[in-house]
Amino acid sequence: MSRIIASAAIRGAYDLANEAREMLAKVIEEKGKDCPVEFPNTAYCLPVIYSMLGIEVSTVADMETVLVEIDGLLPPHVDENVWTPYLGPALDAGMAALFAEEIIEACKYLVGPDPVSGIWLGAADDLILRERGIQFVDGSAPGFAAIVGAAPDVQTAVDIALKCQERSLYVFMAGETNGTTMSEQLVEGGIQLGWETRLVPFGKDITAAVYALGFAARAALSFGGVQCGDFHRNLIYNKDRVFAFVMALGEVTDRWYATAAGAINFGFPVIADTDIPEILPTGVCTYEHVVSNIPHESIVEKCIEVRGLKIKISEIDIPVAYSPAFEGERIRKDEMYVEFGGQRTPAFELLKMLDNSEVEDGKVEVFGPEVDSVEVGAKLPLAIVAEVSGRKMQSDFEPVLERQFHTFINEASGIWHMGQRDIIWVRLGIEAVKAGFKIAHLGTILHGMLHDQYSAIVDKVQVKIYTGEEEVLKLREEALAIYTARNARLADMTDESVDTFYSCTLCQSFAPTHVCVITPERSGLCGAYTWLDGRAAFEITPTGPNQPISKGAPVDNKLGQWEKVNEFINSASQGKIEKMSAYSMIEDPMTSCGCFECISALLPSTNGIMIVGREFADMTPCGMKFSTLAGTVGGGNQVPGFIGHSKYYIASKKFISAEGGIQRIVWMPAALKEEIKDELIAKANEMGLDGEKFVTQIADETNAVTEEEVVEVISANGHPAMTMDSMF
Amino acid sequence: MDVEKRSVDKAAQKMINVMDEAGIENVWDRLEKQQPQCGFGKSGVCCRICSMGPCRITKKASHGVCGADVDTIVARAFLRAVAGGTSAHSDHGRTVAEVFLAAARGEAKDYRIKDSVKLHVLAKELEVETKDRSDNEIAEDVGKIALGEFGKSEGTQLMVKRAPKPRQEIWEKQGVTPRAIDREVVEAMHRSTMGVDQNYKSLLRHASKTALADGWGGSMLATDLQDILFGTPSPGKGEVNLGVISSDQVNIIVHGHDPLMSEIMVDAANDPEILEKAKAAGAKGINVAGVCCTANEMLVRHGVPIAGNFMCQELAIATGAIEMMAVDVQCVMQGIGKVAEKFHTKLFTTAHQAEMVGVEHIPFDEQNAMETAKKMVIAAIDNYKNRGDVNIPKEKETGVMGFTNESIKYMLGGRFRASYRPLNDNIMNGKIRGIAAIVGCTNPKVPMDSTHIALSKELIKRNVLVLTTGCATVACGKCAMLHPKEALELAGEGLREVCETVGMPPILACGSCIDNSRLLVASSEIVAEGGLGEDLSELPLAGACLESVTEKATAIGQYFVASGVYVIFGEDLFQYMGSENVANYLLGGIEEDFGGKWGLENDPIKAAELMLAHIESKRDALGLSDKQERKLYTMEERRALEL
Repeated sequence: MSRIIASAAIRGAYDLANEAREMLAKVIEEKGKDCPVEFPNTAYCLPVIYSMLGIEVSTVADMETVLVEIDGLLPPHVDENVWTPYLGPALDAGMAALFAEEIIEACKYLVGPDPVSGIWLGAADDLILRERGIQFVDGSAPGFAAIVGAAPDVQTAVDIALKCQERSLYVFMAGETNGTTMSEQLVEGGIQLGWETRLVPFGKDITAAVYALGFAARAALSFGGVQCGDFHRNLIYNKDRVFAFVMALGEVTDRWYATAAGAINFGFPVIADTDIPEILPTGVCTYEHVVSNIPHESIVEKCIEVRGLKIKISEIDIPVAYSPAFEGERIRKDEMYVEFGGQRTPAFELLKMLDNSEVEDGKVEVFGPEVDSVEVGAKLPLAIVAEVSGRKMQSDFEPVLERQFHTFINEASGIWHMGQRDIIWVRLGIEAVKAGFKIAHLGTILHGMLHDQYSAIVDKVQVKIYTGEEEVLKLREEALAIYTARNARLADMTDESVDTFYSCTLCQSFAPTHVCVITPERSGLCGAYTWLDGRAAFEITPTGPNQPISKGAPVDNKLGQWEKVNEFINSASQGKIEKMSAYSMIEDPMTSCGCFECISALLPSTNGIMIVGREFADMTPCGMKFSTLAGTVGGGNQVPGFIGHSKYYIASKKFISAEGGIQRIVWMPAALKEEIKDELIAKANEMGLDGEKFVTQIADETNAVTEEEVVEVISANGHPAMTMDSMF
Repeated sequence: MDVEKRSVDKAAQKMINVMDEAGIENVWDRLEKQQPQCGFGKSGVCCRICSMGPCRITKKASHGVCGADVDTIVARAFLRAVAGGTSAHSDHGRTVAEVFLAAARGEAKDYRIKDSVKLHVLAKELEVETKDRSDNEIAEDVGKIALGEFGKSEGTQLMVKRAPKPRQEIWEKQGVTPRAIDREVVEAMHRSTMGVDQNYKSLLRHASKTALADGWGGSMLATDLQDILFGTPSPGKGEVNLGVISSDQVNIIVHGHDPLMSEIMVDAANDPEILEKAKAAGAKGINVAGVCCTANEMLVRHGVPIAGNFMCQELAIATGAIEMMAVDVQCVMQGIGKVAEKFHTKLFTTAHQAEMVGVEHIPFDEQNAMETAKKMVIAAIDNYKNRGDVNIPKEKETGVMGFTNESIKYMLGGRFRASYRPLNDNIMNGKIRGIAAIVGCTNPKVPMDSTHIALSKELIKRNVLVLTTGCATVACGKCAMLHPKEALELAGEGLREVCETVGMPPILACGSCIDNSRLLVASSEIVAEGGLGEDLSELPLAGACLESVTEKATAIGQYFVASGVYVIFGEDLFQYMGSENVANYLLGGIEEDFGGKWGLENDPIKAAELMLAHIESKRDALGLSDKQERKLYTMEERRALEL
């Protein structure tokens, strides 16, 4: 009966509000009202409060304002005999509880206990949000399970987590049952936690559950185009797009009920393993609101049914679980049964197109030793050669498909893959081998996944795997020749050498006016799509988000504008963007969705630009951190002086060539500089500069944090930008 | 005298016996003396519009002196009843609008804008600028526009835009989108006078237009402006029945419809100085209770108890415990004057439209509101010493009342998710089969309250959510059917489950008779929420008033019908069946034009069957009867969901 739930939720909300009040009083006493407050590295303040109330909490005093809002939301307790409607009031109490929890967690960042300690990760920063949140929008993660409490035993916890992973669901964990937590149970069960494995330990207290809802609220803000304070749109966005649910393991306390009531506002139902009252009628959530007493064996399936999720589980016939959730899993040395490559043994992977008659679909052969003939800790050479055929297959697609091997192989639980071509490094874990995984299964995976993802261009796949050194070395020669030929083909491929570019409107679900134009010399700003990928994607899904754009007559060769490209942009942006320059960040620059790897920003007094990658969380010389910059540049607007782009594009000949190219780069984070150093030097040399010297002339955070400091550094070192024409 | 035939309510039965023993005449006695009532009048075939008459249509005389046929005579009577009802609601609305405007201008010191949120919503709807303006500035513009609706020379009623688009188009096509309220009433009187409109169809079409000017005009304005002025009700607890009359406090009854007087009376009775006076007079305090629609208005805004509905007005006085009764407009029986003479009760008329021979009239207007109210309360206190023996029934029940468009949305989703979605979903999934509006009066021709109670019980048992207004609400309240726990036991499984989820009773008390306009707005928003068709006529919804009394009930019935709703009235109380053509049109043909129609049935259980059959047919048409599989969403399907 939901009156019991509503009563408990309201009590819990009062309880949390009181704790928030007490914590805040303590913080005021210790730190003062002006003390800054923040969750680390986010532009969204305390995100639930920010998105629902539009209040930007930046100081302790701001949290007092929120307390007033909380008091306004807390409804009277439910009368036992003559009650007035309690559903709406209980939902309000739930929201008040979330606000209180955010205050409590924010206070912990100031006076402890630190939310980030031991296995606990605390708030997700914007870097994680952009990397992971997008998956809830593009469909690569169907949703998340917010699990509170702990399973009755370690094995049950592990089983539940594994089932969620198999279904590509993220698992956000908070709260404890009888002193233990799901996260700790998973650690005990030898399961890797972290964003990479989609098993996220937020915190031990129930208040840490608010990080899950903050994540959801931010997904709506950054990918749903929802404005802060527009609570209704935000919540409906979550109800209809972010298919999350709460799994309550163990005794449900008043505080849990209050938090659950907060989650129900987002359309996230609660599924419990204990015998609590149920709320079955629908309306606030898509289906039931609270479902209880579900056995652990079927609780994940029940959650998915209650939330109304349709999830495709990959049916790859291998003895270990297979899902994107396992992609980030690492296999440490002592967990490894056998490894290949990684400078230890010769190894490579190759995909070749053959004639249809030469391929026997589904055939997987292993030439050389299998796992059962080696001991734990063994190292073997490896050659994975996938041979495919298909009526629509083209040799240009070979590298596109081959590059997917990394993801395909990594998604198997207990198998780890790194690198590509002849620099691969593969490990099979002890647990996987114990479960029956064989080297041949690598072929099974590639066969299954190539069909699954590329059925439009691939008709048949056979895989040959070699583990004998002699054969691997021999075949590697052949592979190297192919790689070289492909490099030459890519080097020859310039914007001028093709008549057609490809669009990418994949992100229009959250940036409705953004259109990426992918050219041979300017890859998609997310770094995931090259021109060849675009072409392959078009072949696979002719009506999909990657469409060919015939260039048409040039409008301006320097800026990189073409008639037909402009027409396409105009129509695909619903008339919002009229013109787009492929090579300029000043005049009609390309728009950004929000997925960019890097942002280039004009630093006016330097006559140059800075580039910051998403990994860099500190302040940049333009006065904004990456997260704030991202908010300015993203969303499908043309912002002269700013562009979002891939890392790969920096070393392109066409990188802001209208403004003079890489010579304009006056600042970038040291790590990024290091990462693309070789390409940068080569490109600078091509332009007639001294590449080695040029790289040292670019300032970084070690010598310049403000624009003034950048000016000082580049004035002193004679950076070429100082003597170039004015940028605007 | 068979008391069981007079009322099903124990408290009323007791007082009827008390009056009978004391030889004091009441509404039932007068009804008996009126027997047999005129058969021509009952069927609407008598015409006394001109002095060539009175005429009545018989087998021998098929036409009136002027040549009017039976269709014309009946249709004119129907139109005039609708015009009478529309006038009542609209004159009430106009009075509120005048006070509203005066309050905005600071010319009515005892009134002020209480619901700023609703003011802003209405201002936006009426395209009144709100930026950088005070509530009073905004309210002044809103008030001017509202007042204009009664008599403006051009254009149509602004509130009709609240109806779903297809409904507005139907009205346009039928030529019934109402213009100024006064104009429609004047035209109704003109058309129906001797020698003007003599086509029953065009007369009935204008009845629709006039009624729509009531529902989507006068009544709706009255409701909205009252909410802004006195606060939009939200569900709260209150007590109902004669047992609320206090044995040791000064009892004041406010009776009528318009809350302008009673609102101030409640404030006056809470004034500490006045309370001191009451104590000095030997009373423990002052107990203000309501009768009729005033009672509904006062309970939903202030928790003021309800002493009874329309037919309890004389019974309340007969307890001998009422020091003062103040009345304003509508449904005030002249009979109370005679009853009050037998007791110490002081009776005051207060509205400028409504005086009564032998009763003291205290003009109550916005200039002197508090002063006048205090004068009346003091008169009550002074009268306490004159109280003699009392006969106060002990019966009273607690209920939760005060459901409005706003509060229903809030209760279903709270501040952040307020909407009709949960209601629509549960209608769509069949836990709730549909919605019934049970409204209106109590009529001495049937045992008081009996039809409302029986009908409501049957419908909630069959999983229909019931919304009530007016005296029907009070009837339900008297037998604990507004009690969230007790009424739940009467509800069918599906409805009960939803009620338990929300914490609402299965019968939602939505206010007074002008508040039927709330049901129009709520129904329109239910349509807008989606999943239940595009127009009001597609909703699984029906209305009923089986104990109708006033012309207002006829106007309400007609505006629901013209809005696309199936409405059932008590057959014996509907006085327009003397013409076959009129009957055929109102009971059938009108559905083709408006999507709604009238139905007639005396028996509440049979009426429930008719309503259920209608609701099920609407469900069938919406495809809700087909078995619905749970849809599991892929990412593509999620993207297709409208945000």
